[in-house]
Amino acid sequence: MSAAAETAGRPAGGGTRAGTVRSLWRSAWTFGLVGLLLLLFLVTRAIKPTYGASELESLAIGALPIAFAAVAQAVVVISGGIDLTIGSVMALTNVTAAALMAGGSEEFAVLVVVFVLLLGLVVGALNGLLVVITRVPDIIVTLALSFVWAGAALLVLKSPGGSTAAWLKGLIDDTFLIVWIPEALVLLLVAVGVVWLPLRRSRLGLSMYAVGSDRLAAFRSGVAVGRTKIAAYAVTGLFAAMGGLSLSMSTGIGIPVPGPYTLLSVAAIVLGGVSLAGGRGGLLGPLLAVFILALIRADLTFLNVDPNFATVVQGVILVVVVMVGAFATLRRRTA
Amino acid sequence: MTDDLLLEATGVAKRYGAVIALRDASLGVRAGEVHALMGANGAGKSTFVKILTGAIRPDAGTIMLRGRERGMHSPDEARRTGLIPVYQEPSLVPDLDVHANLTLTRTPINAFRRWVEDLGVLHLDLRTPARELPLAILRILDLARALAVEPDVLLLDEMTAALPADLTEHVMNAIRRQREAGRSVIFISHRMIEIAAICDRATVLRDGQTVGVVDVTKGTEEQIVKHMLGPIATQPAATRTGTGARSDRLDDAVTARLSVRSLRAGTKLHDVSFDLRVGEVLGIVALEGQGQDELFDVLAGSARPSGGEVHVDGRPARFGHPADAIRAGLVYVPANRAEALLMQRSVRENIALPFSAALNHWGPIDTSTEGRRIGTAVNRLQIDTRAQSEVRRLSGGNQQKVTIARWVAGGVRTLLCFDPTRGIDIRTKREIYDLLRELAAAGAAVLLYTSELEEIPLVCDRVVVIFNGRVVDEMAAAGADEPTLLRAAYGLPPGALTPEEIVAEAAAVEAANAQPDGSRPATMAGVGEPARDTEGTALSPGSRP
Repeated sequence: MSAAAETAGRPAGGGTRAGTVRSLWRSAWTFGLVGLLLLLFLVTRAIKPTYGASELESLAIGALPIAFAAVAQAVVVISGGIDLTIGSVMALTNVTAAALMAGGSEEFAVLVVVFVLLLGLVVGALNGLLVVITRVPDIIVTLALSFVWAGAALLVLKSPGGSTAAWLKGLIDDTFLIVWIPEALVLLLVAVGVVWLPLRRSRLGLSMYAVGSDRLAAFRSGVAVGRTKIAAYAVTGLFAAMGGLSLSMSTGIGIPVPGPYTLLSVAAIVLGGVSLAGGRGGLLGPLLAVFILALIRADLTFLNVDPNFATVVQGVILVVVVMVGAFATLRRRTA
Repeated sequence: MTDDLLLEATGVAKRYGAVIALRDASLGVRAGEVHALMGANGAGKSTFVKILTGAIRPDAGTIMLRGRERGMHSPDEARRTGLIPVYQEPSLVPDLDVHANLTLTRTPINAFRRWVEDLGVLHLDLRTPARELPLAILRILDLARALAVEPDVLLLDEMTAALPADLTEHVMNAIRRQREAGRSVIFISHRMIEIAAICDRATVLRDGQTVGVVDVTKGTEEQIVKHMLGPIATQPAATRTGTGARSDRLDDAVTARLSVRSLRAGTKLHDVSFDLRVGEVLGIVALEGQGQDELFDVLAGSARPSGGEVHVDGRPARFGHPADAIRAGLVYVPANRAEALLMQRSVRENIALPFSAALNHWGPIDTSTEGRRIGTAVNRLQIDTRAQSEVRRLSGGNQQKVTIARWVAGGVRTLLCFDPTRGIDIRTKREIYDLLRELAAAGAAVLLYTSELEEIPLVCDRVVVIFNGRVVDEMAAAGADEPTLLRAAYGLPPGALTPEEIVAEAAAVEAANAQPDGSRPATMAGVGEPARDTEGTALSPGSRP
């Protein structure tokens, strides 16, 4: 019995101070990312002293589609899945919007935006439904479906074309209130916040974390595991549709070929502190990670590094940061 | 039985393919009683629990709660109808904090807090993620979460297994309070002492069937053990000729091939010591989850111990990888053959793998030597080679032979067998017994854990009994019949490890209860007695190490 007491440890005492330290540590990754981002800004200013508001604006516009992709991926990974259709769904929603807006009025474009967002939601829910009912691993189902949605995009629009309503493009082409805040950033935060903040506080959001953390424990706690997964995929589809619309905003047309967004989204969430095993992380980390990756890319361009080599550097930085972070987490857990 | 049953399950059956997990299980729980559900390994207990709690659906049978039939299709549904389980493993979602876990199950926070304190856990920070809490606390929180919704029927599955004595005490008190409030508790435990201390009646399962319902009174252990054993118990144990002499011949002066000292690992293995001698088959007997899995994992090199020592041939050994254990001559035959075999590959490749895949064998494999060694092993084990191109097409028995053959072909020194005959036909079983004896006779040492107690006197020279992560008994296998082994495996007699406090306290509470209540004095009188009675009988065949 005495050894049992030993292994069991003592009641979780320690009081509130330990609690505060613990909760600080839990957001340590996010703080680290904020620090890294600020450091990168300083580095950028040192490399290119003229780096200012307009560069910041183009950075935000450029990062917008990747940011939506990362947020989309984060939602589904938190609930224990992975979605390889994100790039394809972005292409599909992008060309659908472009095709429908071609020749239409500005007012009609509002309907198109609503329709495209619903399309993303439905396509996502369909992804989730297939994952749940086939019981085939998520990665395989979504890989297969990524070809389906990419094909569907080509059916909608054979070659780049269509158009985008002026008001939609206007959403991101300026700065907000002061020159240092790009409109694209505001749009991103508002769009993500409107969906995620209420969800996070709801039982569904809690269920998503629960299912991602431990399916069996969640099931035993009375969570409808299948429905939760479908909902997570649907939200992912919604964010992917926002990504598709952001492509319309920045390019003004529809491009029926998926960009590199699926893999970039995985990279961003890993750097953003979302556990690929599910159940851990949030959306702020991935968002910060997207801007970190974009800034690194920009810095390498300013330094006149060969763009091909820049990709290599970007990959190495990603691996190193994640490794160091994982190592620190491990050290802490075993300590 | 026509008395008012709060929960009544009748004729529950469940089969998985050809395997019948439950044949005809029934359970009747009265209002205000603590009901023990008992059964030896493989009796169907865990399947029954899963059906009662809605985790799986039965093929047949009815479950009535308060006289109304209900099909429980999910844990959520079972929860709403008033049956709340506390499972063997913690059920809090690890990445959520305690508060979020409560929200998930819609548990009232204040009631939960009160129960947590009543159960002896003070200063709990609800913002702590479940992952960071120690196992014992998680069990308590599971229980508090169940109690907070005031369930009609509370099902506790091995609730006390991971708890230290003082917390066990609080749990017992909470169960008594449920009873006083007219609610029912289904109590599953391997500890007879707790059953005796707290339960009113016990339902015993054997081979997927309910074979008896007994009132828990003085001397009930005997009855329960008898029920669990079935008709075999009355027959004398088959004695094996020759081995008795063998074990006499081996005196302690012989160097042990493997000696384990105060080994600790994981949360279940606390303190195990024994010697495995050259030319011996040493049996390990334990109920499920008493630390035997951890023991074999450590010896096979797939887990690291948290304390204690392992000596191989007198030299201390530490294994960081199964390859280290194999190099030291310790080879492992797991119960789950899928863990050991490459199912899509041939018999030949599977047998050759351990010695042909050694890293010092670069270059092309010497197929003629390999072929000879494999041929010898296949013949020796009489493996049916008609379907040898893919191991998965062999029968279970032949697959198990392949897992043993690979080590025989490599020249085995120490064989670790974990329930090697699980789910194997009787003839192959015999062959495997004979093989183990032959190997021992040829100078190998065999450590054998088996869940089938009748194997022990047939195969082993000595037997070590593990209960609650500790060695509680050691005896010559020749005299170890099933009742003796089972009694020892249940930790009867209590001996040094059993929480004497629980008995004393239970007796005291009982003494206090007996006077005012009057309705149940016969049931619980002298709770401390039966344990002490059986101490004599169970201890006699063996000797304490």
